[in-house]
Amino acid sequence: MEQLIQVVLSGLATGSIYALAAIGFTLIWQAAQTVNFAQGEFVMLPAFFVLIGINFLGMPLWLAMLFGLALSVLILGVAFKRILVDPLLSHGGLSLIIATMAVAILMKELVKEFYSAEAQPYPALVPQGAWDLSGVIISLQDISHLIICFVVIVGLTLFLDKTKVGRCMQAAAQNAAVAEILGVNVKRMILYTFVVNAVLATLASFLITPVYLAKFSSGEYLGLIAFIAAIVGGFNQVRGALAGGLLIGVLDNITATYITAEYRQAIPLLLLIAVILFKPEGILGKPEGRAV
Amino acid sequence: MFKQIAGASALMLAMASPVHAVDIAIVAELSGGGAPAGTQYRDGIMLAIEEINASGGILGEKIKVTQHDTQTDPQISKGLVTKAIDDGAYVIMGTVYSSSTIVNMFEAMNAGVPQIVGAEAPNITQKGNPYVFRTAYGAHRGVPSLTGYFRDNLKAKKVAVTWVNNEFGKGGHDVFVAEMKKAGINVIADIPSEAGAADFAADVSRLKSAGADAVFVYLHEEESARFLKEAKKQGLKTPLVGEVTLTGQKVIDLAGDAANGAVAHVGLTAQANVKSIQDFGKKFSAKYGHQTDHNGIKGYIGMWAVKYVTEMNGAFDQKKFADKMHGLCLDVNKHPNMLLTTCWDKDGELARESFMVEVQNGKQVVTTTVAAAK
Repeated sequence: MEQLIQVVLSGLATGSIYALAAIGFTLIWQAAQTVNFAQGEFVMLPAFFVLIGINFLGMPLWLAMLFGLALSVLILGVAFKRILVDPLLSHGGLSLIIATMAVAILMKELVKEFYSAEAQPYPALVPQGAWDLSGVIISLQDISHLIICFVVIVGLTLFLDKTKVGRCMQAAAQNAAVAEILGVNVKRMILYTFVVNAVLATLASFLITPVYLAKFSSGEYLGLIAFIAAIVGGFNQVRGALAGGLLIGVLDNITATYITAEYRQAIPLLLLIAVILFKPEGILGKPEGRAV
Repeated sequence: MFKQIAGASALMLAMASPVHAVDIAIVAELSGGGAPAGTQYRDGIMLAIEEINASGGILGEKIKVTQHDTQTDPQISKGLVTKAIDDGAYVIMGTVYSSSTIVNMFEAMNAGVPQIVGAEAPNITQKGNPYVFRTAYGAHRGVPSLTGYFRDNLKAKKVAVTWVNNEFGKGGHDVFVAEMKKAGINVIADIPSEAGAADFAADVSRLKSAGADAVFVYLHEEESARFLKEAKKQGLKTPLVGEVTLTGQKVIDLAGDAANGAVAHVGLTAQANVKSIQDFGKKFSAKYGHQTDHNGIKGYIGMWAVKYVTEMNGAFDQKKFADKMHGLCLDVNKHPNMLLTTCWDKDGELARESFMVEVQNGKQVVTTTVAAAK
């Protein structure tokens, strides 16, 4: 029983980080009706901004993180939207999807070329100790990750539901034409969405990199899992991405612990197939119709 | 007219020459999961080449080196070995990963090009390839050195093994399991993971619940670091013992405090109480700004072996080179850049002193020297 509690807790902690990346998929889907296949690399890159701050600019960790966050917002949020999304959006989602694949390759190669192809150590954001509660070892890192992610996701949900800007962002996502007639600055709302995505990806990067290590290729698996989590949970719902991330995190850990470590990577894919077959809108998603 | 004919004749002779005398090709894992090992191997080779060229080259010829990045992909490595052969490489240095070496070494063998590899899977030297030579023990030589440690030092009755499920890991795993069986020690948990695995939470959890007296960890560098961090996170108290990679410098750099207490048998370590190795470690650090691990030393001695053996032969003859290497011992007193006396048997397998090390306060500390295998 102690082992099960630990496994579930650890899975929830990892799953909550998957959820941060998965929410990015849902936000961008809602804002631009496209899929950002560079999302994993969006999580990989901020860690290298932080390392540049620490190792080349001599910054303390906290300042390097702020530096990383600022660069991420600028590059992964504003520049990504202005340079890539705006010119391509009018050509349809498919061309943008292909462009994001190219961006993913470019980001990996740039990190490899200008930083290193090797994994880099990365400082932990949260305490590393553990509590022993009657035989159940509770990792402070896991608990901290879980709390941080939940606070951020609840905060995001409140922002989207309870603030004027958040509701305008939702209006722009649901029907841009009507929102514009009602006076919403749709372009700005879409820009905000990309900035929020950049912030979430940066946070995921700060949390996952101490565990996975900073490496140019670390976004590949993370991006895939986050994509699956978003589909499983419901591609058009933030809470769906959260549910998908947590579900995959826990299932992965339980499978690897009690069933098979060899085939653990197949589990998210099996889950994806099951959801597509039996509940294509995702566990918490809403069915969407589209005129063709 | 005479000059033109002489010039054309010289050109034709040069074009007819089957081998560019001192073209050395490095084919290594410079990116991807194997980069920590491959880049160290490359750096060790480059340092040796710099020294060799500064001291007049090989048989008076300077070395011209080309670097090829396998991206830790066996199929790419095969293509690159073929390219290196087509480009006229005299010797191919690499690869380091066994899963690549086992795929690409037959290209070099068929072309009759000697290959100095960092790979450690037992089967590399068991395929009858007369052109492949190791720079480190095969797992079938190294892992048995740990049996006494499990049996006598740890008094282990039941052990667990966690290993990377590829050519390298399977080789070490199979040898370890057979050794434990011979020693009467039960292997009660057997946990494979994929190369490049990022999340070891479940693996560590299984190890904790297994109740083993000790764990044998046979993973690549990056995975070893992730494993050690997770083991620390979950408070795993069981002794962690490895072969070579677990206590490598790159692992210590990546895992930080979590590496403390890990024990391993290593063929080469810059921390060995051997002056020549320590001097090499200082040279390496001064040049690259980071410490060498065993792969850096492997590359360095491999390249120096190429010089020594070629000069023994007095010619850039690849067949002669391979023939000479079989059964050769390079005595460190006569060949100081070998760092330790090193011998190769008829299969290209290597024999040399080795060490038991423990990570203490973020540094490898040599606890015992193990005699060369017979």
